[in-house]
Amino acid sequence: MKRVRSAWRVLLVWLLIAAGPAWSLAAGAQQPRPQPTKPAQDEFVPIDQLPPGEQLPAAPLLIAAYSVAWLAVAGYLFSIWRRLDRVDRDIAEAGRRLPRA
Amino acid sequence: MQRLFLPLTVVVAAMFAYAPLMIANAPFESTMLLVQKIFYFHVPSWFVMFSGAFLCAGASAVYLAKGSRDADHYAVTGAELAVVFGLMGLITGPLWARKAWGVWWEWDVKLTLALIVWLTFVAYLLLRRYGGPGSEKLAAGVGIFGAANIPFVYYSVNWWRTIHPKTTVVPTLGPGMRGAFWFCVLAFMLLMVLIVAARVRLERQRALVDELFLELED
Amino acid sequence: MSFLRVVWLLMRKDLIIELRSREILYTTLFFAVSCVLVFAFGFVREGQPMEDVGAGILWIAVAFSGTLALGRAFERERQSETMRALLMAPVDRPALYVAKLIGVMALMAAVEVIVVPLVALLFQAPLFQHLPMLLALLLAGTVGFTAVGTMFGAMLARARSRDVLLPVLLYPITVPVIIAGVRGTSALLQADPDPAVARAWLSLLLSFDVVFITLALWTFEPVMTD
Repeated sequence: MKRVRSAWRVLLVWLLIAAGPAWSLAAGAQQPRPQPTKPAQDEFVPIDQLPPGEQLPAAPLLIAAYSVAWLAVAGYLFSIWRRLDRVDRDIAEAGRRLPRA
Repeated sequence: MQRLFLPLTVVVAAMFAYAPLMIANAPFESTMLLVQKIFYFHVPSWFVMFSGAFLCAGASAVYLAKGSRDADHYAVTGAELAVVFGLMGLITGPLWARKAWGVWWEWDVKLTLALIVWLTFVAYLLLRRYGGPGSEKLAAGVGIFGAANIPFVYYSVNWWRTIHPKTTVVPTLGPGMRGAFWFCVLAFMLLMVLIVAARVRLERQRALVDELFLELED
Repeated sequence: MSFLRVVWLLMRKDLIIELRSREILYTTLFFAVSCVLVFAFGFVREGQPMEDVGAGILWIAVAFSGTLALGRAFERERQSETMRALLMAPVDRPALYVAKLIGVMALMAAVEVIVVPLVALLFQAPLFQHLPMLLALLLAGTVGFTAVGTMFGAMLARARSRDVLLPVLLYPITVPVIIAGVRGTSALLQADPDPAVARAWLSLLLSFDVVFITLALWTFEPVMTD
C-alpha cells in the first residue's frame, strides 16, 4: 500500500516538473523577439552586431539544448528509481527466504 | 535524511518548474540574444560536474585511508553525477557554441579541461563495472589521480589560446539575468543533493542485498 | 631490509629475467618503430612528410609503446603468480612500485634511443639541435607517464579487462604530459626555436612528476591491499 502511495507522489512531482516548461513555452511564444527597448536594462540594450550573412536560427539549438538537459536529468532520476525498485524487491526476496534457512 | 527526501523533491521540482519562466523573462544578452539562454542550464550543469568530481575524489581518499564502505558509496555517486552532468554540459555547450562562435568545438582551456575530467570519470565507471572484484579500491586510486590532474590540465591547456567567455562574465550579469542564473544554480545544487541521497541509498541497499544473500548461502 | 636494497633486488630480478629472453624489449621496440612508420605513411603530403608533425609523432610513439610495455611488464608478474608473492613479502610496498618504475623507465629509454633518430630522419625534424633540452623534456615526460602508468598497471594486474582498461585509465590522466611534451618539443623544432618556452614546459613536466610520484607512493599501499 505504501508503495502505491509513494508512486503517486512521484508521479505528481513529475507532472509539476513537466508543467513548468510547457507553461512558460506557451507564455514565451507570445513574446515578440527580440525586444530592443525594455526599461531598467541599462547595460544590456541589444545592439545589432550580427552581420547579415550569419543568421543561424537560434530556436532549434535552444530547444535541443534544453531538451537534452531535461532528458538527461529525467533519464538519470528514472534509472536510479528503477534500480532502487529492483534492489528493494531483492531485499524483500532475501528477507522471505532467510527465516526459513 | 530519509524524511527530508520528499520535501526536497517537491522543492527541486518546483524550482525546475519555475526556472523556465525566469529564464524566458530574463533580458536578452546583447550579442547572442536568444541562444545565450542555454547558459542558464549549461553553467550550473558544469558546477554539478565539478562538485561530483571533487566528491568522488574526496570520498575515494577517505575510502583508501579508512576503508569505510560508505565513503565508497559516495565516491561512485560523485562519479556518476560527474559523468551525467558533464555529458549534459558537453552537449549543451557545442549547441550554444555553434551559434555564438560559429564552431561546434574549440580546444580552449575550459572545454578541454571539462572533456578530460569527464573522460577520467567515465574511465572510473568503466573500471568499476568491468574490472572484476576488488575494483572499488582501484577506482578510488583513479578518482584521486583524476582530481589531482585537474590543475595540471588547466595550466597546460591554458598556455594555448582561449576563446571561452572569461569566468568574470558572472559578476557582470545584468540584474534580470543574475537572478535567473543563481536561481538555476541553486536548483541544480539542490537536485545534486537529492541525487546523492537517492544514489547513496541505492548503493547501501545493494550492499545489504549482497550481505543477505551471502548469509543465505551459509 | 632497507628500502633501497629492496628496490635494487627487485630491479635486478626484473633485469635478469628480461635479459634472458629480451622479449619485452624486442617486441616493444618493434612496435615503436612500426608506429612511427605508420605515421610516416599517414602524414605525407605530395610525397613529402608534413611539416611540424615530428614533435607530436615522437610523443605519441612514446605513449603507445609505453602503454604496451607497462601492460607486458605486469602481465609477466601475473602469469607466474609472482604478484601475490611480492605483495606478501615483508617489505615496504612502495619499494615494489619504485622498482617497477625504474625498470619500465629503462625500457622506455631503450625505445627512445631508437625512436628519436627515426623520427628525426623520417620527418626531417631537427631533433639534435637542442639535444640537452630535448633529453630533459623526454626524461621528465617519460617519468611522468611511467609514474602514472606503473601505478595503474600494478592496480590492474589482477583485474579483469586489464588490457583495454589500462589505456582507458591512463590517457586522460597523462594528457598534461603529452601536451607539455609536444609543445615543448615543438618549441625546439620550430623555424625560430624558443628554448625559454621549452623550459617553461619542462617545469610543468617536473612538477607533474613530483606530484604524481608522491601521490603514487602514498596510495600504492592502500590500493594494493585487498
